[in-house]
Amino acid sequence: MKRRSLLKAATVTAAAGVLGFRPSILRAQAAPLKVAFVGTLSGPGAALGNHMRDGWLAGLARLNNQLGGRAVETLVVDDELKPDVAVSKVRAALERDKVDFVVGVVFSNMLQAIHRPVTESGTFLVTTNAGPSTLAGKGCSPFLFSTSYQNDQPHAAMGQVAQDDGHKRVMVLVPNYQAGKDAVAGFKSRYKGEVVDELYVSLNQLDFSAELAKIAAAKPDAIFTFMPGGLGVNLVRQYRQAGLEKTPFLSAFTVDETTLPAQGDASLGFFTASTWAPNVDNPHSRQFVSAFEAAYGYVPSLFAAHSYDAAHLLDAAIKRTGGDVDDKAALRASLEKADFPSVRGAFRFGANHFPVQDFWLCKAAKRPDGKYQTETVRRVLEADTDAYAASCRLS
Amino acid sequence: MTLLLVQVLNGLQFGVLLFLVAAGLSLVFGVMDFINLAHGVQYMLGAYVAATFGLWLDSFWLGLLLALPVALVVGLLLEWLVFRHLYRRDHLSQVLATFGVILTLDEAARALWGSAPLNVPQPGGLPGGIEIMAGLNYPAYRLVIIGVGVVVPLLLWFLVERTRIGMLVRAGATNATMVSALGVDIRRLFTLVFAFGSMLAGFAGALASPVFPVAPGMGENVLILCFVVIVIGGIGSIRGAFAAALLVGLIDTLGRAMLPDLLRLLLDPSSARQTGAALASMLVYIVMAGLLAFRPAGLFPGPRA
Repeated sequence: MKRRSLLKAATVTAAAGVLGFRPSILRAQAAPLKVAFVGTLSGPGAALGNHMRDGWLAGLARLNNQLGGRAVETLVVDDELKPDVAVSKVRAALERDKVDFVVGVVFSNMLQAIHRPVTESGTFLVTTNAGPSTLAGKGCSPFLFSTSYQNDQPHAAMGQVAQDDGHKRVMVLVPNYQAGKDAVAGFKSRYKGEVVDELYVSLNQLDFSAELAKIAAAKPDAIFTFMPGGLGVNLVRQYRQAGLEKTPFLSAFTVDETTLPAQGDASLGFFTASTWAPNVDNPHSRQFVSAFEAAYGYVPSLFAAHSYDAAHLLDAAIKRTGGDVDDKAALRASLEKADFPSVRGAFRFGANHFPVQDFWLCKAAKRPDGKYQTETVRRVLEADTDAYAASCRLS
Repeated sequence: MTLLLVQVLNGLQFGVLLFLVAAGLSLVFGVMDFINLAHGVQYMLGAYVAATFGLWLDSFWLGLLLALPVALVVGLLLEWLVFRHLYRRDHLSQVLATFGVILTLDEAARALWGSAPLNVPQPGGLPGGIEIMAGLNYPAYRLVIIGVGVVVPLLLWFLVERTRIGMLVRAGATNATMVSALGVDIRRLFTLVFAFGSMLAGFAGALASPVFPVAPGMGENVLILCFVVIVIGGIGSIRGAFAAALLVGLIDTLGRAMLPDLLRLLLDPSSARQTGAALASMLVYIVMAGLLAFRPAGLFPGPRA
């Protein structure tokens, strides 16, 4: 009970900090660690941010609200999906609140905005979702770690799936912006068959009927798509309404626990590529899923899992340095070891501080209790290193 | 050929949905000279209410039915609380205040239902697809939407052109002071028009909920297109809104379907696809600009023009 109220107090003070109030902080012991959780928590992109914040808090709850034996305060920062807002709030967290770590970040453009202010101040930044190629390759930093993936990897994994399944003709459907084009490039990097057509739609598209009619007419062996958030909810529902479900639906960031509650039965049997799914069978993962569902009342996504892992990564690293977070070189060496229990099983970092990990083909399914989750089908890539790691020079 | 037919049906269906939202907006704008940016929020609330009731009662159709009175009441409430005090103000104050209503209600929806899109019960009792031509299946629910789009405009036309209330509304639009001098409570009339417009928007939201995602901010996407519709159609004209909605729906859908292929005649495939997609999303605005150059008052100018 005490733990819970402590956590609450930490969250409340964090929220108050965001609003600009500075009430006196309840301290469990002298000099607690401070962590800024940065995420998009309002606006249309908020679902991912909420999953990540809850995953982070669930990780802390599991660790008795301590990292490496030291009490933690989390400062929850909403970047509002505006780079300028993100930078000024993060600067305030660094300079006024003197946070020891920055974790989170949903969108790549937010990470690119805050990356310099954080790393140049000598603060460790752990991204639990965004993984732009610029920061995985030449622009990698000794202060940046990722517990998620480089953005291209899930798309490339789906390309491998299409290749392995022997689909000869695949149609691609993505939104017309940079991430959409990256998705196509990632998919094509491993898929060698014919891409019948690439359909680009605008980011605020409501109705996919024109595109679905084209797909129905072209009769491809499968489609590959990347439609985050509401776009994906729309597409999945309309795909089924159009009676196309016999054409395999290969996707990335389209069918996951953030959108499944809205997609419901329409999503069943649709595929996605992931690093983790709630049915992954190891004791640590099972513990995470049941504790998370008990605390927050919904099924955790891979975004929540990556943030949960980030808490454990920091815990293990700080434990190894004996609670010292000021000796940056020692802390870095200890973070690089990554000897923490990950929900994904074994975990290690590549040369660019991005995970070297397996990718799974997953499928949307309905559990006996009526909730929806993704479930692993098979391992697609083993110990996959992203394409940019080679050009990263960390000395 | 069949592909073209399907795309035309898709365009009509999208146009019909736009009409249902735009009709209320145009009515309120035309009759009361009141810019209601919050109209899109009422569309969103309609979708949320229909989805919530639909989940409770396990029937989409009951949810749809119950959304109507709720949308009506919300409309009355908003009119009474906020909008009533704005009729005499200039358009800028109206835009500011109704924009405030958007922000407030969007956040309220987020607080109540969360920021993730809602799961909406699918309309039961309908076959998945209907074969309208050999080898061509079309989703039955989308045909229902098109059907609604034929019936509702007819009802509206009857209401406005053939009933006493409709006569008063038309009279009020032309000269409000004169009508109130003749002993008609113009305030109450306006309230009625406003509530009716909200109900139409709520109905459109409920109708769209199985097809489009029900999420905070869903109204703003539609609202912009609806402004295009009423500007093209002529402000305050139901007939104009209908014609323009179908036009916008068709242009948008056919543009998205055909432009990338047409551009391939001029450009290499990959840039044709991307510029095609970009051009298609601009097409309705280009058409609007072109049309306004020739008919500044829109296709069917309304009573105020």
